[in-house]
Amino acid sequence: MTEKTYGMAKVISQEKIEQDIVSLWLETEACQRARCGQFVNLYSNQNGRLLPRPISICEIDKDVKALRLVYRIAGEGTREISKLSAGEEIKLLGPLGNGFPTEEFAKRTVLLMGGGIGIPPMLEMAKAFGEKAVAVLGYRDSHTFLLEDFQKTGCRILLSSDDGSVGVKGTVIDALKEAKATGDVIFACGPKPMLRGIKAYASDANIKCFVSMEERMACGIGACLGCVCKSTTKDPHSNVNNKRVCKDGPVFDAKEVEL
Amino acid sequence: MASLSVNFAGVDFKNPVTTASGTFGSGMEYGEFVDLSRLGAVTTKGVADRPWEGNPTPRIAEVRGGMLNAIGLQNPGIDVFLERDLPFLKEQNARIIVNVCGHSEEEYLHVVERLNDAAVDLLEINISCPNVKEGGISFGTNPAGVEHITKVIKEKSVHPVVMKLSPNVTSIADIAKAAEAGGADGISLINTITGMKIDIEKRTFLLANRTGGMSGPAIHPVAVRMVYEAHQAVRIPIIGMGGVETYEDAVELLLAGATMVSVGTANFYNPYATTEIIDGIDAYLDRQGIGDVNDIIGSVG
Repeated sequence: MTEKTYGMAKVISQEKIEQDIVSLWLETEACQRARCGQFVNLYSNQNGRLLPRPISICEIDKDVKALRLVYRIAGEGTREISKLSAGEEIKLLGPLGNGFPTEEFAKRTVLLMGGGIGIPPMLEMAKAFGEKAVAVLGYRDSHTFLLEDFQKTGCRILLSSDDGSVGVKGTVIDALKEAKATGDVIFACGPKPMLRGIKAYASDANIKCFVSMEERMACGIGACLGCVCKSTTKDPHSNVNNKRVCKDGPVFDAKEVEL
Repeated sequence: MASLSVNFAGVDFKNPVTTASGTFGSGMEYGEFVDLSRLGAVTTKGVADRPWEGNPTPRIAEVRGGMLNAIGLQNPGIDVFLERDLPFLKEQNARIIVNVCGHSEEEYLHVVERLNDAAVDLLEINISCPNVKEGGISFGTNPAGVEHITKVIKEKSVHPVVMKLSPNVTSIADIAKAAEAGGADGISLINTITGMKIDIEKRTFLLANRTGGMSGPAIHPVAVRMVYEAHQAVRIPIIGMGGVETYEDAVELLLAGATMVSVGTANFYNPYATTEIIDGIDAYLDRQGIGDVNDIIGSVG
């Protein structure tokens, strides 16, 4: 039977860490098998909202059976979730998806490239890789959420921002190039144009690259075929050039997917 | 413990609960959560004569009390279905209803003929998908078309044939009668109701396909009404579906005249919905002092 947890998770704490960015610690058995780059489904189930909100895992603390989720309030569903207080419960399914192939690159130098709400999934890897990681974080402006958490991990940090208020004005790739930083592998999460740029950069620089994709989902477990992305070759499961973001991903070798 | 077994078009099922096509894949993903052999049957995702890519994304939009989908019948094709999905379902000891889709008569018939040698229990013919331009719904919205496609499929199929009907019609009774006249062994309804969702900030459609099929609890009363009307119109058995979330919803459809009931969208927010509904029907019958589920089918009045 399934290794996924389905049931109520208890809110340990929840706080806004920026205008529309929320940090949520949940007590759940799902943490026992959770990996960097996986996600969980949260079910709001109020006001006729039935579908889960898929949210990436930011931190895993097995000692206290907890997962940290850092998410953006993107609509009414996430707004409702953001109002939960410590002690309240929310239905959760997870962990879901494949996660980043961190074991394969143990003891190697990793470039963790996160843009916007793609930054949170990089934190657990920054903790795992410590000094062997370069975190390249792209913010909109000077609202540098989670930056202190990254600083505590001992990883090297490079910053970019859209308006130039912190770090290099421009993209995470600009920040990487300016610092002439390099590594054995790129793990990336962020908006599609950013991932497209990183895929091209990695290809030119001949660096292995894994990207975490996003798409509108329904089931979260690979059954409904709602969240497919285009694959460069025929996918063995779908038998067409479609891969399921929720089940075959959300993390893909950048060479596997069209961006 | 009431008796839950039903006979549908000559085939015995241990209980009346199956899955709505397209919500359950070929059972592999939900098989992690529920014992597939406990279900009356698994109804598969639509299978075509060759692999279909489906529609561009976004394919999913949430609406109050339900959702819209415009998957576009992405499927791996009959070869992969026969090599991989069917043996998997057999291994799980699941009863199997294969949903068949196509763009043309020839494409439906190709799949139906390939399935003639396969050990499956029923065929469900999808003549009602709102998300595929050619085929799908174009076969299912006028009585003459429904009668014709039913007849040609019945001529070729060794398995009992269930025609899956669209709610996007003026008279479901006329369409149900046409399927019966074409020789259908049963009908299933309702497929999704065509809908649309607009993002008012971006002033664009939420779905790449613009329109999508609406499903979920919000459409359940429509399903109950249409199952009732179809049941009044024909003698062949009905698989009822549309927004079934709880055993109460399933019992309503049975009372309205369905012999079997499918669970669809509810799986997406409760992977245990199917087995919980089976247990719920059982407990309901015990509570009502009814020994056999067949005694409530079509008994509303």
